[in-house]
Amino acid sequence: MPFPVLSIITWAPFVGAVLIVFLARHHPLAVRVIALVTTALSTVLSVFIFVAYDREAAGFQFYEKLPLVPPLGISYEIAVDGISLLLVLLTSIIIFAGVFASWTVATRSQEFYALLLALVTGVYGVFVSLDLFVFFLFYELAVLPMYLLIGIWGSSGEVRPRGMFAWAIRETGVGTKEYAAMKLTLYLLFGSAFILVGIFALYVTAGTGSFSFLELEATTFDPRVQFWVFLAFYVGFGILAGIWPLHTWSPDGHASAPTAVSMLHAGVLMKLGAYGLVRLGMGLLPDAAVDLAWLVGGIACINIVYGALSAMAQTDLKYVIAYSSVSHMGLVMLGAATLTEAGLNGAVFQMFAHGVMTGLFFALVGLVYEKAHSRAIFAMGGFGRVMPGIATAFTVGSLSSLGLPATSGFVAEVLTFMGAWRSAHPWWLVPAVAGTFLTAVYVLRVAKQIFWGPPSPHFDHLEDARGPEWFALVLLTGVIVLFGMAPGLAIAPVDTATVPILTRMVKP
Amino acid sequence: MPLIAYLTLAALVFAIGLFGVLTRRNAVGILLGIELMLNAVNINLVAFARFHADLAGMIFTLFTIAITVAEVAVGLAIVIVIFRVRRTVEADHLDLLRG
Amino acid sequence: MRVGSPFVALLVLALPFVAFLLLALVRPLRRSAPAAATVSIAAIWTAVLAAFWLSWRARPRGLLQSPSTTWAWIPADGGPMATVGVMVDDKSMTMCMLVTFVSLMVQVYSWAYLHDEPRTALGRYYAYHSLFAFSMLGLVLSPTFLQMYVFWELVGLCSYLLIGFWYDRPSAARAAVKAFWITKLGDLGFVAGIVMLWTTAGTFDFWELFRMASLNTLPLQGLPLVMFLIYLGAVGKSAQFPLHVWLPDAMEGPTPVSALIHAATMVTAGVFMVTRAFPLFVLVPDVLTLIAWVGAFTALLAATMACVESDIKRVLAYSTISQLGYMMAAAGAGAPDAAFGHLVAHGIFKALLFLGAGVVIHVFHTNDVFRMGGLRGLPLLWAPFLIATLALAGVPPLPGFFTKEAILAGVLEAHLLVPFLMLALTAFLTAFYMFRVVFLAFFVRGLGEPHAHHRVPELMSGVCWALATLSVGTGLQLARVTLAGSRHGEAWLPLASLALAGGGIVLAWAMYQRGALDPARVAAALAPLDWMARRRYGLDVLFAGLYRGVLLVLSRVVGWTDRYVVDGVLNVLSAWTLRAGDRLRRLQSGLPQDYVYGVALGALLLFVLAQWRLW
Repeated sequence: MPFPVLSIITWAPFVGAVLIVFLARHHPLAVRVIALVTTALSTVLSVFIFVAYDREAAGFQFYEKLPLVPPLGISYEIAVDGISLLLVLLTSIIIFAGVFASWTVATRSQEFYALLLALVTGVYGVFVSLDLFVFFLFYELAVLPMYLLIGIWGSSGEVRPRGMFAWAIRETGVGTKEYAAMKLTLYLLFGSAFILVGIFALYVTAGTGSFSFLELEATTFDPRVQFWVFLAFYVGFGILAGIWPLHTWSPDGHASAPTAVSMLHAGVLMKLGAYGLVRLGMGLLPDAAVDLAWLVGGIACINIVYGALSAMAQTDLKYVIAYSSVSHMGLVMLGAATLTEAGLNGAVFQMFAHGVMTGLFFALVGLVYEKAHSRAIFAMGGFGRVMPGIATAFTVGSLSSLGLPATSGFVAEVLTFMGAWRSAHPWWLVPAVAGTFLTAVYVLRVAKQIFWGPPSPHFDHLEDARGPEWFALVLLTGVIVLFGMAPGLAIAPVDTATVPILTRMVKP
Repeated sequence: MPLIAYLTLAALVFAIGLFGVLTRRNAVGILLGIELMLNAVNINLVAFARFHADLAGMIFTLFTIAITVAEVAVGLAIVIVIFRVRRTVEADHLDLLRG
Repeated sequence: MRVGSPFVALLVLALPFVAFLLLALVRPLRRSAPAAATVSIAAIWTAVLAAFWLSWRARPRGLLQSPSTTWAWIPADGGPMATVGVMVDDKSMTMCMLVTFVSLMVQVYSWAYLHDEPRTALGRYYAYHSLFAFSMLGLVLSPTFLQMYVFWELVGLCSYLLIGFWYDRPSAARAAVKAFWITKLGDLGFVAGIVMLWTTAGTFDFWELFRMASLNTLPLQGLPLVMFLIYLGAVGKSAQFPLHVWLPDAMEGPTPVSALIHAATMVTAGVFMVTRAFPLFVLVPDVLTLIAWVGAFTALLAATMACVESDIKRVLAYSTISQLGYMMAAAGAGAPDAAFGHLVAHGIFKALLFLGAGVVIHVFHTNDVFRMGGLRGLPLLWAPFLIATLALAGVPPLPGFFTKEAILAGVLEAHLLVPFLMLALTAFLTAFYMFRVVFLAFFVRGLGEPHAHHRVPELMSGVCWALATLSVGTGLQLARVTLAGSRHGEAWLPLASLALAGGGIVLAWAMYQRGALDPARVAAALAPLDWMARRRYGLDVLFAGLYRGVLLVLSRVVGWTDRYVVDGVLNVLSAWTLRAGDRLRRLQSGLPQDYVYGVALGALLLFVLAQWRLW
């Protein structure tokens, strides 16, 4: 019986959550230590499997299976291939940094950490699941704690009702954290309904009586079935990935959420959507993926440009980064839609690169907010003098965002460009490249506004990151630069997974 | 008298009782309406017992009469308590369970 | 044709990179200015030695021998998609020597120039300098388009960081961002072009592309567009019209920075790229003609703007733009060697001009030439600057004369008459505005008072003299080579360029030194041109207008639409649900009679339906 590495990675945070709830109710330090130890365990093992993954053999490795409901074909079946390997590593990095970034949560930190750890288990589970039913279960586990985390520990803002729908904006209470929590959770659950329908459709039409991905992969589905199921998956996973116009839960959700939750959500959860589309949509329904690539790519182009322009218009720092995520997820979807090796590699690498970058951004924003008690960009200025460390980390994140070489963002983007020009719709290169320019405009503008310029005496008391806060920033910045300079580390395993997916597709 | 006459009578009494339940404002009046509906059921049971020579109907009627008596006792007790608390037994005013 | 050792090349690359890492990661090193300067200067000094060693030890290579050594960078199924490595041929070795040497000069000069800076800031400064040296060296040693793009962007980053070195000044912040954005516009074309090239050719590697070009296996369809897009990168980086607007504003950075990256090295990257990729540009003659025309036009345009500037650094900035135009024109005319020659020569004397300007700025504590002057009695101050000016104006035996003449000859040979005339006029104007600056800044007594101590730090003047000597030496070497070599080209050309230079000097002398011609009256005579030149031909305003009026407005529209329309629709659905819920709630009246009513009705309905067997 091989060592159940993946199960430990997946369940360690959950065990941590249980321990926190039962043992550490009134000891804030114990809570954090338990969280730290369990996430550290997951992280160390993630790095281990990343290194130990056999890049020659490819395919799914570290396989484990445990039958759950044999008559229905449901079993606890987990493994990783190149794509999920990288995403498991991403999750570990983000949650590990997130635990440090949440160190100063004051109220009810026990419940906070418990919910966060349960959420992380859900995320890990989605990435490693090979059984579609269990995949969905973990998916729900990853979404539901969001409601409480945002609704209780989030922050509210103010939105003035305008336009012809102002009455609706007033009535629904836009801007409050309760609104953001409700909108996010309901929207994502709505999406998961589509996913569930798709999964059941596949289960029934395959006729094998099994939810196992491997068996379904071997089945050839009728093109009409593929078409509709792919659409269902596209809508369902797309909502989570933030495709236009189903993305509006994301800015409010990210802006209102507490730091670690934003890091996790923008950094990892949105990638769940893209991963689901690649794994289930492209992996199981290759013909539909080819037929509907124009839709996925077209909407992705809208995402890129629209998200970047929206980000440019925002005056709240968290909203800028939230819209930046919408824009970059567009790049991910575009890379996937190109149906080329370069493009798909770029898409997966972008998931990783953007995940780390946005995790860094939200960690930084959380720090700035904590110290300056404001998220309004134009109220800030000259912070570079008082917090040079944060300024440097913000600059590195910005550069990765706009795809400067030596950061991981560049490799992801250039691979996407290469895939775009080679795809069936070469004009996709134009919005992708335009997105880079627009990103450079808004991200440097924000950096200039906040960190450059003369320091105001009003902000003299602000200080740089300290202690545990430092750790998150250093870790994330280091990862960005490391994978920017040596992208082969990540792309080698990813490539072994993307090539088989693409060879199954018969392109026109 | 044919069976249908008795059934018609029971139906009419039931309808009158239902009408009373739906439209009377006084809570006691509603209880009276319920009484009428129950008695209509009794008429039905006895009529079928008589015409099919089956004792079961009569025995069932005895049961329903006993239960009706218990229900009326409890109902009237509730009405009296409501009156003591709310000083009214008008059905329109008793809407605390309003959504 | 020679090839050098890749390992020495990697050493040259590694030295400034290690210095950067040390300064970036080891905080005590960075906080101590002397330590930081020592680390950085030691690294670049060793790199200079290594670069010269590299060139000295280069061996001749056969035509089919690749000068590149590469390793896989982005792996893929059928072989790596992209590689990294070094290409050590004559061009890159010469550039290595230029870059390391000028970097060394500038770093040493900076120690004295920035002596008043807070100690911790200098650590940051030297870290950026080391990063820049590494990036620029990586660029010139790149064997592939992709690697060149990587380092292209990195030098852009260093430019951004160094222009914004005094980050608490709003003008510096604005200038840094502007430089980044304008060059980014060009870079968009660059990256699109190389991606398209990769799709058709299957590789980024220069050597393989050149081979394909020479064997005619490179698909020519769509190549003009591809090469034009790649050229756009050079338009941005080398400040060609219309993307030249960032360079004058980049003068917000410290003067040594301007000397290094906005004169000698970074801005020349575009020219370097065009000359490096020349075997590919040769396949698209229309694009080359465009390059030549744009280059010549840029040269003339910038020269006119330099004539009306009063800030000494900005004059030099416009001068750089003008000279870059010269180089591009040469490349476009099919004379890449002339362009490259001018690149190297210009690098040396332009750096000297900036550093010399730094000297006089240091003395007067102002950039305004009208506030300077009256230093006639201090030849040690103005002699290096004068030497560099003569070189730039194109006076023999200094290098500028030979390289400019080569360019003019190349342009003429390509039968590009209008560009030739533009370049000739530019030569006249160059001599004019440079000597205008010399007379106003050094000789004519102006409005300003020299700063308390006239003394210029030895480091600064030492560096200037070193560069001046190098200029003279290079000039003499070029003279020797030209006289010894064959004479081809028009015989009247050297005399014509001498006449143009002389004419410009005389005019400047007449207007500013002598006062024989009133500058105001000359300006009035050329009023429309003067008016436009002073307003920079409205280009800055145009870009600012596009940014504020188009881009920001568009972004606000999109942002508004997202919040109030797209999200608004969602909120409407949500509000309707809430309202529907409110209305349906009224069914729950709380009155039992109503509920009985409902039950009765429902039961009746069921009976009816059952009778009619409708369900």
